[in-house]
Amino acid sequence: MTRQLPKKDVVIIGLGWTGSIMANELAEEGLDVVAIERGPWRDTATDYPPNYVQDELRYRIRHELFLQPDQTTFTFRNKMDQRALPIRSWGAFMPPNGVGGGGVHWNAETWRFLPSDFVLRTHLTQRYGARFLPTDMTIQDWGITYDELEPHYDRFEYLCGTSGTAGNLKGEIKEGGNPFEGPRSRPYPNPAQQQPFSHTLFAKGARELGYKPFPQPSGNMSQAYTNPLGVRLGPCTYCGFCEWFGCANYSKASPQTTILPVLVRRRNFQVRDQSEVTRINVDSSGKRATGVTFVDTSGTEWEQPADLVILSAYTVFNVQLLLLSGIGKPYDPVANQGVIGRNFTHQTISDVTSFFDPAKFTFNPFIASGSIGMCIDEFNGDNFDHGPHGFVGGGYMGQVQTNGRPIQTTPTPPGTPKWGAKWKQAVRESYQSSLKPGTGVHGSMYSYRDVYLDLDPTYQDRFKRPLMRITMDFHDNELKQNAFLTDKFAEIFQAMGARQVVKEYRKGPYDITDYQTTHLCGGAVMGTDPKTSAINRYLQSWDVPNLFVMGASGFPQNAGYNPTGTLAALAFWSAQAIRSRYLKSPGPLVHA
Amino acid sequence: MREGLGKRCATLAAGAAAIALAVPLRAADHPGSRQNFANIERGRYMAVAADCAACHTDPHASSAYSGGRPIETPFGSVLAANITPDRDTGIGSWTDEQFDTAVRLGKLPDGKRLYPAMPYPYYTKMSKEDVLAIRAYLNTVPPVHNDVDSNQLPFPFNIRSAMWFWDALYFNPGEFQADGAQSAEWNRGAYLVEGPGHCQACHTPKSFLGGDKTRQPLEGYSIQAWFAPNITNDESRGLGHWSNTDITDFLKKGHNRIAGAAGPMGEEIADSSSQLTDADLTSMAVYLKTRPGQSPAGTRLAANDSMMVAGAAIYQDLCSACHRGDGHGVAYLIPDLATSSAVASREPTSLIRVVLRGAQTVATKDEPTGPSMPSFGWQLTDAQVAAVATYVRNSWGHAAPALTSGAVHSARERLAERTD
Repeated sequence: MTRQLPKKDVVIIGLGWTGSIMANELAEEGLDVVAIERGPWRDTATDYPPNYVQDELRYRIRHELFLQPDQTTFTFRNKMDQRALPIRSWGAFMPPNGVGGGGVHWNAETWRFLPSDFVLRTHLTQRYGARFLPTDMTIQDWGITYDELEPHYDRFEYLCGTSGTAGNLKGEIKEGGNPFEGPRSRPYPNPAQQQPFSHTLFAKGARELGYKPFPQPSGNMSQAYTNPLGVRLGPCTYCGFCEWFGCANYSKASPQTTILPVLVRRRNFQVRDQSEVTRINVDSSGKRATGVTFVDTSGTEWEQPADLVILSAYTVFNVQLLLLSGIGKPYDPVANQGVIGRNFTHQTISDVTSFFDPAKFTFNPFIASGSIGMCIDEFNGDNFDHGPHGFVGGGYMGQVQTNGRPIQTTPTPPGTPKWGAKWKQAVRESYQSSLKPGTGVHGSMYSYRDVYLDLDPTYQDRFKRPLMRITMDFHDNELKQNAFLTDKFAEIFQAMGARQVVKEYRKGPYDITDYQTTHLCGGAVMGTDPKTSAINRYLQSWDVPNLFVMGASGFPQNAGYNPTGTLAALAFWSAQAIRSRYLKSPGPLVHA
Repeated sequence: MREGLGKRCATLAAGAAAIALAVPLRAADHPGSRQNFANIERGRYMAVAADCAACHTDPHASSAYSGGRPIETPFGSVLAANITPDRDTGIGSWTDEQFDTAVRLGKLPDGKRLYPAMPYPYYTKMSKEDVLAIRAYLNTVPPVHNDVDSNQLPFPFNIRSAMWFWDALYFNPGEFQADGAQSAEWNRGAYLVEGPGHCQACHTPKSFLGGDKTRQPLEGYSIQAWFAPNITNDESRGLGHWSNTDITDFLKKGHNRIAGAAGPMGEEIADSSSQLTDADLTSMAVYLKTRPGQSPAGTRLAANDSMMVAGAAIYQDLCSACHRGDGHGVAYLIPDLATSSAVASREPTSLIRVVLRGAQTVATKDEPTGPSMPSFGWQLTDAQVAAVATYVRNSWGHAAPALTSGAVHSARERLAERTD
């Protein structure tokens, strides 16, 4: 029997970055807010303290902070004519779980997308002609511009204390920053982090080749910082346990270190952890959400009525809840109709491992942070002429070496035996004299008609709900892009003086077992046309106007950057629209 | 409850009317009048300054001041009384004089004596006006029916009449007398610290019978498995290195450039001092900075002492990431062990406790972060805790005797019995 809870003004599904931002914005507005989180409450000193967080086996290998696939998982296939099978151990991406969401375990690489990324189809069509794009590529404009989003990028960066060097201040190009970035209204709140030797050497090599390297914008603090909410962060210690780990030193921007201390003091905010939302309830008209149903760890089913529903779970779960709740038309790739599940994307990552003379180079790779790194942006988005190359898209690339952790940092030159005395000797020689960036080439993945999400016809979760089915493969455009970018990347390591450079191209088919990034995007995308988008430019559902869908599930395609800066800026943008317009007159904010 | 309120209104109205006849004042000007907003507001503020809620509000109850919270003493627990205006189980039927006698003289209306878990030895210094203002304020809180049997002490401490003996030994009744040689600010600070603030209740060493060692005021005392540190101006153990702003920030925000408050002091800041005016906090700082400390500087252990060598290694390995290699931490976030004299306290109770069990610092409106120290008790042996604590207590200018594994071992056993 479902038990009924008293009605709230707002129910938030998932308390990660966007859930925390929305909760704080709407609670500040005076609304009575409850957040329902599938995973546990998490805090620095109790969940990832400095005396055991540096446990690579526990957190990296055994995935301590992530969703456990036996709680719920997805099925996967490359092609539409294959049978999808359930993922039993995470590989290509890492679904977060628990309060703070992905904001706990991320590296804190805090990028902005390029102005042209938001008007991608228009921009590429104007520059190269419509026929330059592959026919099955379904990229589209976002319905929002960089200039509209800029103040909200700024808010997120100041919330986080992002460390970086501005490259474009109000249109003026600044030495030492990224000259390709959109204009920013003010500098980063903190100076860039210090860069270890390998990173400065990369910058030198890049400059010699004519590029303009700059420090990666980082949510790891270069110095102590107090954010506009009054929450304090400490300086990063460069311990190299960032991605996959929580930060023990209050040095990495996360909901825990930036918003939650203020949020939990608000009397009109409540969180229910260890509670999984199983559906969004809609009234008989199908046009109005009445709240959500969730199940706690005792198996009790609860209904939480609310006037406003914020869906802010991980990309795939956002899409799954929409499909299971019957909100929006499910995407049908054959008929090319429907929107829920459409334009699902990931990232196109590749790397280069380079070996230097141990007598001349000592890199100390363990001196690192999650977002440390020197990057170049010459080959991102449409920063270069794609005409001669026959593909679109791109990515940043950089010496972004985030750690030298012992289990996984065992570089050996090609030809080294896989075990035994010779392997040990090679690891010993190479550990401090080889380089392997975490995500060296961080390429975009654009959207295609046959890459999508739908409900699996065979496999179910513990509630007998169908699992989500991922159908995803690389297309030639991305593989060409990656080959081009990886070659350019390798040239820089040659210029640095490497004696051997090993290119590790991204190749098809898409491999669900090989980690790329956790940047799954799309499936409930934003746009200007309800026929090709699930949500409008304010992240409001076209079908159910009192439902707003946060996160990267709204990206119509993925750019060559990490998504967190953009999805957080979109949350602030959406919150502003709700506070300034929606609450005064609840209903559609865009009439299409 | 509604009926109770009605009765109370009638009583008060009758009292106010009687006084109005006798004294040519507007009824609302009388301190006891329910219309006298200024007096009720003064009482609310003084109830905060006296931190009545710390004991009389059970954090697990939904109602304020309804009592029942166990107050830990070295002799056993005393349950705080219900001080809501409920006539049967609270103080609704007391006269103002009876209230004043309880607060300032430690005697109940039936003549029985209070235990000094109720800090009447300090409240006695309060002015009658302030005490009656508190009464006026308490008259405005919702009456709650909650019958509390305060006396939970074991024999022989449960014999209340024995308290006359204690009072004779330790209780010096009498209102605070201003020192004409000092500024008004200093006198206000002295009044708040010694009277309503009852800082000595925790911070002054006690005799074996729980009476203040009056020759060592504010020089620190172990309470509730913490050590309430020396808060005199003592350079080596007290607030000698703290500026007035350091003190007011600590009391207002729970954090300053040197320290963060946890445990009972964190509660005090949340319930009381964070809500006081800046002027009052400054006056308390001015007064505290004039309190003479008496502890000798002590002898520093040599850096090559084997415990210091081991402690330094543990510090580098486990502590330096947050507290930094130079011990200075991060202002308002990670305590500055190098500047904090509390780490070199006469008794190392708090330091050992925080290392073994960790601590959650208080979050306040001004400093919402509330960072935590993680627990190292599962990781470090008694000898290792002793070594690292000894190292901290003998570095950066601090000096204190070496700790033994045995001391850590017994602290570990005592903490194992505690849930706080």
